[in-house]
Order: sequence, then structure tokens, then C-alpha cells
Amino acid sequence: MIETNGLTKQFDDLLAVDSVTLQVEPGEVLALLGPNGAGKTTTVRMLTSILKPTAGSASVAGYDVVKHAQQVRAHVGILTEAHGLYLRQAGREYLDFYGALYGIEAGQRARRAERLTERFGLLEALDRRIGEYSKGMRQKLALVRALLHDPPVLLLDEPTSAMDPHSARQVRDAIKDLRGDGRCIILTTHNLNEAEELADRIAIIRKGTIVARGTPLELKARLLGPPLLEVRFGGEVNGLVENMADLVEIDSHGHNWVRYRTPEPSRTNPILIKQLAAEGVDVVTLSEVSQSLEEVYLRVVNEN
Amino acid sequence: MQTMLTPTSIEETRSPFVRWLLLTRWNLARALIITRREVTDMLRDWRILAPIFILTVVFPFIANWGAGRIVNYVEQFEAAIIGERLIPFLLLVVGFFPISFSLIIALESFAGEKERRSLEPLLDTPLTDLQLYIGKILASVVPPLAASALGITVYLVGVFISVDYRPPLILLVQVFSLTAMQAILMVAGAVVVSSQATSVRAANLLASFIIIPVAFLIQLEAFIMFLAAYSVLWWVLLGIVVITVVLLRMGVRSFNREELLGRDIDELDLYKGMRRLGAMIVAKRDDPAQRRSPWAWYRDEVLAQVPRLWMPALLTLVSMGISLVVGIQYAEQFPIPEEMVAVEDWEEQFPTLLGEAGLTGVGGVVRVVFQNARAILIGGGLGMFTLGIGMVLVAMLPFGIIGFVFAQVSTLGIDPSLLYAALIPHSIIEIPAILLASAAFIRLGASVIAPPPDKTIGQGWMVALADTIRLSVGLVLPLFIIAAVIEVFITPQIVLSQAAGL
Ligand SMILES: Nc1ncnc2c1ncn2[C@@H]1O[C@H](COP(=O)(O)OP(=O)(O)OP(=O)(O)O)[C@@H](O)[C@H]1O
Ligand SMILES: [Mg+2]
Repeated sequence: MIETNGLTKQFDDLLAVDSVTLQVEPGEVLALLGPNGAGKTTTVRMLTSILKPTAGSASVAGYDVVKHAQQVRAHVGILTEAHGLYLRQAGREYLDFYGALYGIEAGQRARRAERLTERFGLLEALDRRIGEYSKGMRQKLALVRALLHDPPVLLLDEPTSAMDPHSARQVRDAIKDLRGDGRCIILTTHNLNEAEELADRIAIIRKGTIVARGTPLELKARLLGPPLLEVRFGGEVNGLVENMADLVEIDSHGHNWVRYRTPEPSRTNPILIKQLAAEGVDVVTLSEVSQSLEEVYLRVVNEN
Repeated sequence: MQTMLTPTSIEETRSPFVRWLLLTRWNLARALIITRREVTDMLRDWRILAPIFILTVVFPFIANWGAGRIVNYVEQFEAAIIGERLIPFLLLVVGFFPISFSLIIALESFAGEKERRSLEPLLDTPLTDLQLYIGKILASVVPPLAASALGITVYLVGVFISVDYRPPLILLVQVFSLTAMQAILMVAGAVVVSSQATSVRAANLLASFIIIPVAFLIQLEAFIMFLAAYSVLWWVLLGIVVITVVLLRMGVRSFNREELLGRDIDELDLYKGMRRLGAMIVAKRDDPAQRRSPWAWYRDEVLAQVPRLWMPALLTLVSMGISLVVGIQYAEQFPIPEEMVAVEDWEEQFPTLLGEAGLTGVGGVVRVVFQNARAILIGGGLGMFTLGIGMVLVAMLPFGIIGFVFAQVSTLGIDPSLLYAALIPHSIIEIPAILLASAAFIRLGASVIAPPPDKTIGQGWMVALADTIRLSVGLVLPLFIIAAVIEVFITPQIVLSQAAGL
């Protein structure tokens, strides 16, 4: 659905995007992460044929972004970084205007506008002037605009950046539904929890190049090592640590807990618990210590 | 989903003409979606609406009242002609005031959308660049033009009632076509200006490149109308059409997605601009292997320009020739009476005259060079606002005068060989220098029309500016100095010895 090959963009004296190769399938969400100025927005703009790639190629929804720009735009819904709404218009007029530009017939665009705004809790505001909308409401309206023509490909540049937790939840749920419909979605965000929740795959981009990619789990495993687990005991640890070290890699311990890593928890954990039980140790809890994507991100972005 | 792209039914139409018609209608329909939104938006903005209303309805009333009073007043003195000329002139003014808003609306529509970043979502739609461009042009032109038509109607109804004036149909056609073309001209200019600016404020500053020439144009039209030389207005109209077409073409070129967004962080940085210009003038090769000797540099960067300037140079030469002929014809039409020209004992007075004019010694040379340079700079400056046309006019002027003087002198029976002696020696150097300088400045003024394919309008202009400066300093100025030395030190000797021989 989206496929890029060595996509590159050079501004006067700045290489903003440097041979990015990506592939996103229908029903898949790719999160594009990276520090400010990494080239995320520039990449997205090349995918909608707004900026011409300096080198490389890309095809979106089966159309080449350079040769069939118009078709590409017809099949992509895009939430731009700056929403660029017309503040003197009412929400309804705005959506009607964009609906017309996308060639949707009048009755249908009114119906779609109502259905989508209802879903994001914006229906009541539809007849108010956009100038009166809050920041988050504006972002929702821009998102509705992106969905208006029912595009098979979605490019969302920071879709929840201005929203309150409840609205952000609504939007995330909507994105999951859209993925469920078999749409192909690229999402840029600075919210790593969001990326972890939504993304099937993640690409981290730094100074225009992709420096890490994979599923959230793969990335963690690769960059942070095997999962970290923690056992808490009923009593003192004492000599247990040495015994456990034969089976797993000890990370740290306190007077009644031990943290360890193991590449295959499903195999080692049952053995460990049996062993501990056999020794008469009371295991109170055994849990995975969540390692945040944030750590992965910081590690990738900061390494030279 | 197909409806948003060019319908296949159009592409499959056999006859090219029918296809063209269908395509135009399709493009227009798409463009009108934009136009409708912008016009609606405008109608909600009282800052634009109120002045248009005043200029459309209130001003024609005042104009009509004033015209009535003056017509009645001058009739007492049987000077009805003033009234007759005044009414058509006010017609032009009443028509022009509302369309002056088209410039403001266009700057707002093009630079404003860019500044508020609402352009990007538009560019993401399947709208073509052309459809968007047409839609915006129409939004800027149509409402002011409607206001203008309304104003003209109000005014004409008024003068019809008060002084029973009925305009000739042809005048109405003229005024309306002039008004409409000027509106399009300003809007087309505004698009070009907006493409170079990142904010409405910057665009407004650059808009003086439009306002100043249009102000001159209106004055010219007013003058023509007072002379009642109405047929000349057709030529003016033709000129406006040509320039508008050029500007529209430039606009379409600069109005593409890449350039509209590509420049959104590009600010006017004077210091950086000057440094870049300086580097371009020096034209040093970075690669040490390509370094050149001073002579090779001079040959490549200065002399090599000369043959490339043949077209503007030819244009200047032809214009000069025409101007010379016109000057001669004028002299034949308006001969100066003989007694006004004191030809007695001028040989004695000649050196004193030269001294009074400051045309002696090194100071004289400096003065002559300075005058020439000033004329070129004024012409070049005017040329910048007028796509080079100002430069042509300035280059023409002295030749008209020369032709006039020559013809006068020969009708007076003075031997023209004296004038030849006075003019030819330094002209041999000076005229080619003027030709070169004019050609370079014309190229500079016109460089914005068609920048090289890989450059933006601004970059193309910078290249032409650097070339022009290099040529002016490296070749034109030395030639001017040589010519001035001849004029100040040698010409007087020749003239005097020639005169003595008579
Ligand atoms: N039109 C342009 N002309 C020149 N340089 C540009 C242009 N647009 C972006 N850049 C530069 O390209 C680089 C990448 O910008 P981009 O907007 O893609 O970053 P981003 O990853 O989206 O950042 P953010 O997280 O802040 O949104 C930046 O250094 C930026 O200054
Ligand atoms: Mg960005």
C-alpha cells in the first residue's frame, strides 16, 4: 500500500530525508518516531506528492507519487502538522467545502460529516464557527476532514498532540478501527505510549535516516536485551541468588526480591518456580518489569 | 471516487476542441469551489466589505454631485469642454477605486493562506495547481469588479439625471475593459509577489512593485482622457494585456506545490542575501583545479556576457533609432524660431559655456561619467518595476532630443558638421557602452519573467543582478570614463578647429 525506496529530500543545503525505505501493508500501522527536525513531516509530504523527492521513489495506494500525484492525493487522507482551518467558517461549511474538493456528492458529504463528527464528539459544535473551537476540537475537525473521503491510506502527523486524555482515547480507538478495516496508516507522534499501543511496527528516524525499525517487542528485545522479570518472596532472599544464577541472568536484588533476565521466559520461568517451591521458598509474585519504549527511543536517538 | 479526478469521459472525447471545452468547464467548476469559499469568507469580513461599499456606492454619489456642479459652473463661462472631459475621467476613477481592492484581496488570498498555513491541506486534495490558481484569481478579481460595475452604474445614472449625460458606448467598453484588465494585472502581480514572500506583511511591502507602476498607469490614462485622445487608450489596453499575460505566466510557474511549501521557512535575510550576491559577483571557482587567471576570469565572466546580450541590445538600438526619427519629425513640426537661437560669435562664448557647465578638466570627466551612470541607474531602477520597459524608455530619450536638435540646427542652416564634430568622437565609445548597460538592465528587469528552469524567480533575478553588476563595473564604467575623457579633453579642440576652418 505504501512503499518507498531510497526516498531522499535535499533542501538547499540540508539533507532532510536520506534514503528512507519503508513498506506498510493494508491493516497495518507504522509509527514514525524521531526528534524534532528529524524529517518525519518531510517524509509524509513526499508521500502526498506535495514535495518532490530529490531521489528515490515511492508509491502510495498503488500510484507513483511523482507520476500519478493526483491519484495519490485522491486516495490518501492526511492530517497535516498545521491544521490550517478557516476560522470564519462553521465546522459544517468547512467539511462541506473539503468534501466538494474531494468530489463527494452533496448529500453524501453531509451524512459523512455528521457521522464522523458524532464519533469524535464534535457533532454539537458543527454549526459553530471554527474560530470558537478549542485546540483539541480543531484537531478533531482536521482529522474528520482527513477521513471524509474514506481513503484507504492515512497519513497522520501527530494526531493527538493537542487532545485531552479522553479525546486522545477516542482518536486512538478510531485509529484501531480504521486499521481493522484494512487501511494502511502512517502515524508520526512524540507520544511513545501511543506509538506502543497503536503501532504494529515502529521506525525511528534521526537526521533523515531510519536508525531502528521493527515491532515494539523486537525493538525492546534488540536494544534493551531480554525481558526483565521480578520475583518477590515471602521471606529473606539469602542464598537464593546464587542458585538462581545457574538458570537466569541476575539483574539486581534486594532483601526480598530479585530481578533477572531470560531470553525465553516461557521455558525458564516454570522451571524456576518449581525449583524455588522445591526449596520451600514462598513466591509472592512473579511479574515482568515493563521496559518503556521511551528507553528504546532515547537509546537510539542519543547514540552516535 | 472517480469524480474528483478528470472524468474519463473527457479524456476519451475525440475532437480536440470539444475536449478542450469540456476540460475548461471541468477546471472552472473545480476552481469555483475555491472561489465560492473565498468570496463567502470575504463577505464576512467587514474590514474589506465596508471600504468596498463606501467606494462603490458613496463615492460615485460624491463624484456625480461634484461633476454636476463643475459642469454647471464651467458652462457659465462657455467652457463646456472641461465638463465634457471631466465626466469620462471621473468614470475611470469611479471604476478604478473598487478594483484597487483586488490587490489587497489577492495578497490576503495568496500570501495570507501561506502565512496561516491553511494552504497545505488544500494542496493535499486532488485539485490541480491550475484549478487552485484560477479559483484564487477569480476570487480576487470578481467581487471588486462587480463592485466597480455597480459604482459605474450608480455614477452614470447620477450624471444622466443631473446633467443628462449619456456616455458613448465605445467609451463604456473602453473604461470597463481597462478596469477589468487592471484588476487582473494587479492580481497577477500579487501572485508573483506573494510567491516571494512568507507573510502578508512582507507581501505588502513587495506590493509597491505593483502599486507604483499601476499608479503611473492611471495617471497616464487620466492624461490621455483629458486630451480626449480616446483611441490611444486602445494601445494602453493592449500594453496592459501583454504585461498581464506575462505576469499570469510567471504566476502559474511560481504557483506549484513544491515552491509554495518549499519556501515556508525562507525569510528575507538582507545580510545573507548581500553576502550571497557578493559571492555571485566575484564568481570564484571553489574547486582549486578550476581556478582562473584574472584575464581568464574577465573573459569568462565579463566579456562573455556581451554576445549573450544581443537581443536586448538590438531592442535598445531599434528603440533609439525610432526615438531619433521621432525627434527629427518633431523638429519639423515645431521649428524653433531663428531669432531664439543666438548663433553669433558663439566661438568666443564656447569655452566659457563649457566652463560654466563644469565640463572642463578632471572634474568635468567625473561629472560626465556621473551623469551617464545616473541615467543608467534611473533607467535600471524603473526597469525593475516594469520588466525592463523603463530602461528602454530612458535609453530612448536622449536620442529623441539629439534628433530634434539635429533637425533644428540643419533647418536653421547651420553646418551640421560642427555638431558631428561635437558628438561623434566620444559617441563612438559612449553609445556602445549605453547599449551594453541598457541591454544588461533590460535583461535584469525581464529576468523575472523566465527564470532558468532549475531556479526560482528570486534566484534567477540574483544571477542576472550579479551579471549586471559585473558587466557594469568591469566594462561599462571603463568605457564611460574613456568616452568622458574624449568628450572633455579632445572634443572641444576638434569643435574649435572645425569652427575655425568654416
Ligand atoms: N521547506 C523547507 N525548506 C527547507 N528546509 C526545510 C523545509 N521543511 C523542512 N525543512 C527542514 O528539514 C528538516 C526536517 O523537517 P521536518 O519538518 O520533516 O521535521 P519533523 O521530523 O517533522 O520535526 P517535528 O517533530 O518538529 O515536527 C528540518 O531541519 C527542517 O528545518
Ligand atoms: Mg513534523
